[in-house]
Amino acid sequence: MSSRRSKTNGDGGGAAVPRLAGPPAGRGGRRTSPNGAPSDRPRGSVQGRQTFSRLRELQRLTAQAIFRPLTPRDNIQRAWIDGRPMKQVAAEFIKPNDRLTSIERLEIYNRQYWFRVLDCLYDDYPGLRAILGDNSFYKLRIAYLAKYPSASFSLRNLGSRLEQFLREEPRWIRPREEICLDMARFEWAQIVAFDGEARAPLVTDELLRKNPAKLRLAIQPYITLLEMQYPLDDFVLAVKKRSAAMRSEASNAMEGQHTERATRRPRLPRREQVFLAVHRFDNDLYYKRLRPEQYRLLAALRDGATLQAACEAALRDKGDESFAAEIQGWFQNWMELRWFCKRE
Amino acid sequence: MPANRFNGFSDLGIGIGLRVPHYNHILSKKPLVDWFEIISENYMCDGGRPLEILDSILEQYQVVQHGVSMYFGSTDRLNREHLKRLKGVVKRTKTPFLSDHLCWGSVDGTYTHDLLPMPYTFAAARLTAQHVCEARDFLEVPVCVENVSSYAEFHESEMTEWEFLNEVVEQADCGILLDVNNIYVSSKNHNFDPYEYLNGVPHERVGQIHIAGHSKFEKYILDTHDHPVLDPVWKMYAYAVRLCGPTNTLLEWDAHIPSFEEVHGEALKARKFINQVIRGETHKKEARRELATV
Repeated sequence: MSSRRSKTNGDGGGAAVPRLAGPPAGRGGRRTSPNGAPSDRPRGSVQGRQTFSRLRELQRLTAQAIFRPLTPRDNIQRAWIDGRPMKQVAAEFIKPNDRLTSIERLEIYNRQYWFRVLDCLYDDYPGLRAILGDNSFYKLRIAYLAKYPSASFSLRNLGSRLEQFLREEPRWIRPREEICLDMARFEWAQIVAFDGEARAPLVTDELLRKNPAKLRLAIQPYITLLEMQYPLDDFVLAVKKRSAAMRSEASNAMEGQHTERATRRPRLPRREQVFLAVHRFDNDLYYKRLRPEQYRLLAALRDGATLQAACEAALRDKGDESFAAEIQGWFQNWMELRWFCKRE
Repeated sequence: MPANRFNGFSDLGIGIGLRVPHYNHILSKKPLVDWFEIISENYMCDGGRPLEILDSILEQYQVVQHGVSMYFGSTDRLNREHLKRLKGVVKRTKTPFLSDHLCWGSVDGTYTHDLLPMPYTFAAARLTAQHVCEARDFLEVPVCVENVSSYAEFHESEMTEWEFLNEVVEQADCGILLDVNNIYVSSKNHNFDPYEYLNGVPHERVGQIHIAGHSKFEKYILDTHDHPVLDPVWKMYAYAVRLCGPTNTLLEWDAHIPSFEEVHGEALKARKFINQVIRGETHKKEARRELATV
């Protein structure tokens, strides 16, 4: 994968250097409870604590080696965090065999980790990749993952802290900070919309005869409301269309000018404020444009305002009676889309 | 032997992994398949398309859960949130048993998303068995642990991999998901006799067998699940079913996934070896009967 090529910062920066201390506990460490089941955590006895902490040290050391970014040539780094040769460090805990040295065996895991997580973000953030270009996007992914390694059992959550990271370290997206931040939020919203929680939707009857001054509605957890400075919905659709066309071209399914037009790199959109609801309907993903008033109303409801307060917030500059009918129309549409649920 | 307390007394036959490229084919054509294995984590979400697909599959097929991130061997405590989500899927699928790997992969709350080999020590076996028991008690379903492919070994190890597997399953009193491809891959990477491994595991605890393809590199073999099963692995499989009896068998094919028919056809090759064992057992019974009458 050519996009993997870049220079990277060597290590996690200031992290403690794990080392293995003392000899292994040996067979004497075995301990079972009277009923033959394994005893509770091996932390009770001094020996139990020692063997447990030794295992933990070994796992920390291995994980730290695996989490360290690869070199520009996709190899394991040659020096450890404290400056010692990596092959010396690897030899301390990994056995060599007749074909591979300790460091080469460790390198297999180091590569597998980075290829896996880099590929995952590559797939989840096609829009960000299109804005930054492959090389900058590659550097960004490494910097992000070096600072925020996965904290979830699921790779689905790998990008959950990307927006935070971009705010903390905007140098990775300069000079396009604003559009990149919009895109990071937008693409994360799509992940949430794909498999986020859906609660029982409210039906119209449940809203009738309710006092709007007291009624509070919740927005489905899978919906994200976005205020963006760029119309990224159209841009992302163009990016996805382009990659579909590229795949078709690779399989000769399309021909001539049609292909050329479809595979042309989409232009970055001009600045234009847009409001979006990223949602799903019948389990298909949608981006729905909202008017500013609609966004304000929904955002107020999301944030806990009563229906009346939310409407007032939405129409603060209007006061026109014709909006009452319009709001009714909006709600009818949103109810059909099953956007509302009870507050927990 | 195939149906035992470690696999919920299930005698499922030959299954394949449920994978996204086959969803449409399965749901529209409804092919005859003994059972599907799902990756539990793919359905440990809150809603949306994955659960809709799973529910549709469950209307037609038996599903068994296989996990990739419980990390029984990690020194971190088992993640309660993870277990709760997993139990939600267990209730949904009514899986007769579930499996995960004899490995570690997370430390201090950070995840490698890999199946990392254990140091084969008694302390590690004890901790791993403790986690298996904890998970089984919480999930209220039998648990089988799967041997992983590995590319590295630790100096710390005090025993062979199969001795370690024995230690864990005996202490936890749990089952084994015996991956014969993984044994083959590791045997090449670590220079041991894979048949010694097969002979060395407690066969009565095997609740399921995995078969898969792998990739050969110059200095090592990688467990890639992107090929048909190779001959040496089929030979080991044949040997394993002779030892364990006709056991729930599953083909894993996770990358460069071909058509449904090709994957299923590859899996069904296992039937030949299972039938040989069944015929052999029938012959043995007949011979015993004849001996008795004589």
